[in-house]
Amino acid sequence: MTLATTLYVGLFYIATIILVVGVAMRIKKYAQTPSPLVIPTMPAPRTETGVAFRMFREVAFFESLFRSNKWTWIFGYLFHFGMLLVLLRHLRYFTEPVWFWVNWVQPFGKYAAFAMVIGLLGLWARRFLVDRVRYISTPSDHLMLALLVGIGFSGLGMTYLAHTDIVAVKAFFLGLMRFSPQPLPTDPLLMVHLGLVATLMIIFPISKLLHAPGVFFSPTRNQTDSSRERRHIADWAKELEAKQ
Amino acid sequence: MADYEVPKLNEYPIIPKLVPDTMKHSAPFIAKEQFQGPLGFPGELPDNWKDVAIDKMGELLGKYRSLQVFLDICVHCGACTDKCHYFLGTTDPKNMPVARQELLRKVYRRYFTFAGKYFPKLVGAVDLTEEVLDDWYSYFHQCSQCRRCSVFCPYGIDTAEISMAAREILDSVGKGQKYCNEIIGKVYVIGNNLGLPEPALKDTLEGLEEEIEEDTGVKVRLPLDEKGADILLVTPSADFFAEPHVDGLIGYAKVFHEAGVSWTCSSKASEAANFGMFIGSYENMRKVSMRIREAALELGVKRIVFGECGHAWRVAYSFLNTLAGPFDFLDQNYPIPQHICEFTNNLIKDNKLRLNKEENDHMKLTFHDSCNVARGAGMGQVEGGQFTIPREVIKASCNYFYDMPQDTIHDATFCCGGGGGLLTDDLMELRVKGAQPRMEALKRVTDEHQVTNIAAICAICKSQFAKTLPYYGFTMDQIVSVHQLVSNAIVLKGSEQEAELDGETE
Repeated sequence: MTLATTLYVGLFYIATIILVVGVAMRIKKYAQTPSPLVIPTMPAPRTETGVAFRMFREVAFFESLFRSNKWTWIFGYLFHFGMLLVLLRHLRYFTEPVWFWVNWVQPFGKYAAFAMVIGLLGLWARRFLVDRVRYISTPSDHLMLALLVGIGFSGLGMTYLAHTDIVAVKAFFLGLMRFSPQPLPTDPLLMVHLGLVATLMIIFPISKLLHAPGVFFSPTRNQTDSSRERRHIADWAKELEAKQ
Repeated sequence: MADYEVPKLNEYPIIPKLVPDTMKHSAPFIAKEQFQGPLGFPGELPDNWKDVAIDKMGELLGKYRSLQVFLDICVHCGACTDKCHYFLGTTDPKNMPVARQELLRKVYRRYFTFAGKYFPKLVGAVDLTEEVLDDWYSYFHQCSQCRRCSVFCPYGIDTAEISMAAREILDSVGKGQKYCNEIIGKVYVIGNNLGLPEPALKDTLEGLEEEIEEDTGVKVRLPLDEKGADILLVTPSADFFAEPHVDGLIGYAKVFHEAGVSWTCSSKASEAANFGMFIGSYENMRKVSMRIREAALELGVKRIVFGECGHAWRVAYSFLNTLAGPFDFLDQNYPIPQHICEFTNNLIKDNKLRLNKEENDHMKLTFHDSCNVARGAGMGQVEGGQFTIPREVIKASCNYFYDMPQDTIHDATFCCGGGGGLLTDDLMELRVKGAQPRMEALKRVTDEHQVTNIAAICAICKSQFAKTLPYYGFTMDQIVSVHQLVSNAIVLKGSEQEAELDGETE
């Protein structure tokens, strides 16, 4: 095994552990922190089914964002939906035999990469061009976009400009999953692409990327309008009742 | 009139260019030690204030999922940046919801997150310093907790939750706000925000009975502390005191009279508002709420009805059951608690009220959705009832009604500029500037439909508009209570108005 392969094997094991354990810990924290009061942004659905539907619209269509800013919505949607197709397409490198529906996604996924990068560049442009967004942008906001754009461009490069030995790449990842490491091709674009992906996985649980699991725990979106019918008392608030 | 520039009203809303620090000087008076103590807060900045503040932040992070999640998940997308009325009116970038949140979030990052501990510059994390604390005090008292930002945030991040937490931390290090904390003290000692003692209330209510009898020839009662009444009316103390609030109270009394129900006010719970919410203190909010439960038990009522009060209705509708329930001793056939607009609208639907709309023909009306009713509460057991029910009541009482532009009503409504504990004279500049978006929308319907009056169901909105309307070329008497309109239109059985109307038609 070459040094590069060894490094990337280690990197991906570590990145995966950090991503999975880190996000799981965060989710556990969100789930265990009580919501002592009912605070859905009203009007809110009166049933659990209604809440599930509200959350679905929020996650699938970015409903609130659509109401607030059409440019951010367009770019944000291009990026996220493009990335979703790209990720689904990438499943082919982790499955053998490849699931039949991944083959259906494949042609869309290849072009979705353009949508993803265009969306990212649009969002990034807003950080420079809109004074309000410029004001609130931190260095990490720019770096995060740089990271994602880098992943997008290096990926596009391998699809359209300088192909890598994709069969070997697949063997590498299947090897990782079966705990029998295989050699990784050392094309520069591939090294950059995978390096950036691993970085993204590592920073996921300690960054604003937590918005992905976090939105499901947002009390203003996931609570029902049922306060007059039902008490929602938290354990720590019960103690106040016992005290008096 | 003022030593600052009153914002202009444009034909169409304009998102202003940022002018940093325009409102850095704005801060309410600090509460003196004597008002901090009774609420359980220190009177001045303790020596170890930094530790106290960070500990408090940690405690709140463990108690409120909203705070923990909201501080983590903001992506700085900017969707909220042009949604806050205080930003639109002041142009200060720290009044953009995300920037306001960042004041707390950057300290959270520094002390509670890996990235902030080891790469503070990269993620915008800072140490807690006195300067940061001053910024907190200033800018978290430039948020009226109206929740408009939470409507537009893709994750529903609600700056109100952040502001409440920040104010609680400020209270824990002795930096309480005079207006809110003094008022909460008054509620504990006297029973209401205005400090009206029982004899004054009794006197006022008797005066109103005489006034109604003079106007209509009907003896309409406004009882106080009457044991065995069916309904306890809990209403903001402004209703006992000032125009146009008191006209609303007269309206409730007439509605109760026509409904033939027995009701009473309580001197113990002579205040609907709950300023405990403004300072983010669950304990104080609970203590203020318990008065209502105790009054209901002592008077032996079967139902609780709330008068026109915006934040009170949020606490009543969304929190009261949790804070002071279970209300198993009340009649379960009615919503607990019920809003006066729900009560009146039910009677209108059942044809139990005779309303002569012509009595309001001297007015063309619009309706201001009060922020905490619109986005913090509901009405009528249907989604969006808080928008339709007050409008139905108005339309049943008036011939001329026009809504303001769509993006300024319902759940996109603008705060009046005085909510969330900011209705104090020491924040007048903020209040005037914060009213700009609402005034601009009002100007639109004034120009298009010759609207003469704006109706509201919130004591804070009414007081705020009475004060700020004149800054924008309107007059203070243009703000009216919804039940004032009902009061004008209602034709009481056996009244002079009834005789006159029926005489005419016969």
